[in-house]
Amino acid sequence: MSTTANKTLILAEHDGRSLSEGVYHAVAAAAFWNQPVELLVLGHDANSIAQAAATIQGVSRVIYSDSTAFAHTLAEDAAKLISQLGRDYSVILAAHSAFSRNILPRAAALLDVAMISDVLEIQANQTYVRAVYAGNIYTTVQSSDTLQILTIHSSRFPQAARTQAPAEIDTIAALPATPASRWVSEFRSQSERPPLSSAKVVISGGRSLGSAEHFEQILAPLASKLGAALGATRAAVDAGFAPNDIQVGQTGVTVAPELYIAVGVSGAVQHTYGMKDSKVVVAINQDPDAPIFQVADYGLVGDLFEVVPSLTASIQSQP
Amino acid sequence: MKILVAVKRVVDYNVKVRVKADGSDVDTQGVKMSINPFDENAIEEAIRLKEKGIASEIVAVCIGNAAHQDVLRHALAMGADRAVLVENESEVQPLAVAKLLKAVVEKEQPQLILLGKQAVDDDAGQVGQMLAALLDYPQGTFASAIEIAGNEATVTREVDGGTETLALQLPAVVTTDLRLNAPRFVKLPNLMMAKKKIIETLAANTLSDDITPRVRLLRVAEPPARKAGIKVNSVTELLEKLRAHEGISL
Ligand SMILES: Cc1cc2nc3c(=O)[nH]c(=O)nc-3n(C[C@H](O)[C@H](O)[C@H](O)COP(=O)(O)OP(=O)(O)OC[C@H]3O[C@@H](n4cnc5c(N)ncnc54)[C@H](O)[C@@H]3O)c2cc1C
Ligand SMILES: Nc1ncnc2c1ncn2[C@@H]1O[C@H](COP(=O)(O)O)[C@@H](O)[C@H]1O
Repeated sequence: MSTTANKTLILAEHDGRSLSEGVYHAVAAAAFWNQPVELLVLGHDANSIAQAAATIQGVSRVIYSDSTAFAHTLAEDAAKLISQLGRDYSVILAAHSAFSRNILPRAAALLDVAMISDVLEIQANQTYVRAVYAGNIYTTVQSSDTLQILTIHSSRFPQAARTQAPAEIDTIAALPATPASRWVSEFRSQSERPPLSSAKVVISGGRSLGSAEHFEQILAPLASKLGAALGATRAAVDAGFAPNDIQVGQTGVTVAPELYIAVGVSGAVQHTYGMKDSKVVVAINQDPDAPIFQVADYGLVGDLFEVVPSLTASIQSQP
Repeated sequence: MKILVAVKRVVDYNVKVRVKADGSDVDTQGVKMSINPFDENAIEEAIRLKEKGIASEIVAVCIGNAAHQDVLRHALAMGADRAVLVENESEVQPLAVAKLLKAVVEKEQPQLILLGKQAVDDDAGQVGQMLAALLDYPQGTFASAIEIAGNEATVTREVDGGTETLALQLPAVVTTDLRLNAPRFVKLPNLMMAKKKIIETLAANTLSDDITPRVRLLRVAEPPARKAGIKVNSVTELLEKLRAHEGISL
């Protein structure tokens, strides 16, 4: 079977309402192989998601598995299904999100394939560029497996467009759910702001904001002026100033907005890993030697408690 | 209940690694090595479960060469009861690590297996999930809270945009987020004591016959630097530059 496999399978993440942006990046990345691209949608009552998936340009087929178990997809169930489909494909990929990081390594082991995580660049001959050591080093690696399983660093790839001519949707049965693992509950941060990973403007605050109140008081007015998402450093999250899910960096979220404003952020590599691909970076820090200035296009040395309110006010005064 | 903790020896996260002159690999000569930060969270959690009377024995496992004993000593000094070194001279990649750990799990029969969510050298984030797959155990990745009651582990996971809570039947595999706990400092007397403890050694090739790397390293390089930026002197100048040079309407 594996010798004739010449299709690409993308694990399509969604939240029950819409497809993740990462799916569009993954479809664009898959164009590299120049072979049919199929999307796997796991969900419950998620017809509209499957239909949205079918309208992505470059997708030749959507495989939709509807099961109550996929109302909250567990890695155990998803990986088993992927492993059963897997040998019909030569490439399986997804965006490097918490969702696919949970599932794909499990599927890879079931398929006895070495996985390549967080790929920055795809080259010929099963060769990939990826970062190691928190982005300090880029490695070029070559896989010897016949089946390629990888996650991509979304911001390095364009987004596929939509098409008027939707692909066919095939429904497949889910496998029996694993009894050993059970979904209990979830908590989603509620925010009026755009989602961090796809926001056009991101404002990140560091430890120096001093408290959760200051974090909100200083950064929120600027965020609402700019329609920005808020991000944070690990130090700010650990101190309880900001929720964990907005941590930007090696062990948090990766962002690549048009404009990234780092407020009182020192610029540790673990942080910059998650924002280095931003188009324009502005840094506000009182220490002229802070490493963040090395990755900033515009650096403003000053006290954030003065600079940020003044910046917010100046934007307000614009017509 | 027995807990198995997988610990990896990595370049200390504070060190800025460099590329070897010939671009063949990173230069780790004379560089400070440490236990992977997430694995320290894993040991800490195991110790806390023992202090609560839930765990009875903690076994730390490392796959590496003789030099990697130091991270096992660190685990012992923190409070692990036993340490096992699965010895292999050359590099072992995540899938192979999972295969070796599976063999150790089959020997040791732990009820809970704790790993870091990712190693800060390869940044793969794979071994825990792969091990769970090979064992056909349930998995709880990126854990920020673990609770054990009877035969079930309740694991709160850090996911994009929030958290998710799962109930896993034991035995299970759990990988740790930094948020799980703050690892204790190792006291010098404990380190001295740990130095005297025996580290059990197993040869990797007796545990799995498939540990050859599947992924070949072709070359390494420094990432391209961002183009040098400028300092601005005021908010007004900043806005002017953003509007005029970047076309950002503010
Ligand atoms: C395994 C591991 C993974 C990690 N992953 C991440 C990650 O994903 N993301 C992440 O962010 N970090 C991560 N870290 C932590 C990282 O190493 C840094 O410790 C962290 O990013 C520092 O946060 P900070 O910039 O808020 O704090 P600090 O380093 O304390 O910097 C504060 C900065 O604020 C400036 N400042 C102080 N007061 C003012 C003022 N009034 N006005 C203006 N500027 C001011 C200071 O000059 C300083 O530069 C990780 C660490 C480890 C070990
Ligand atoms: N050589 C190793 N020895 C022991 N544990 C390891 C080894 N490599 C990886 N691990 C474990 O697997 C986790 C994830 O590693 P990785 O998938 O390489 O990012 C680490 O945090 C460790 O707990």
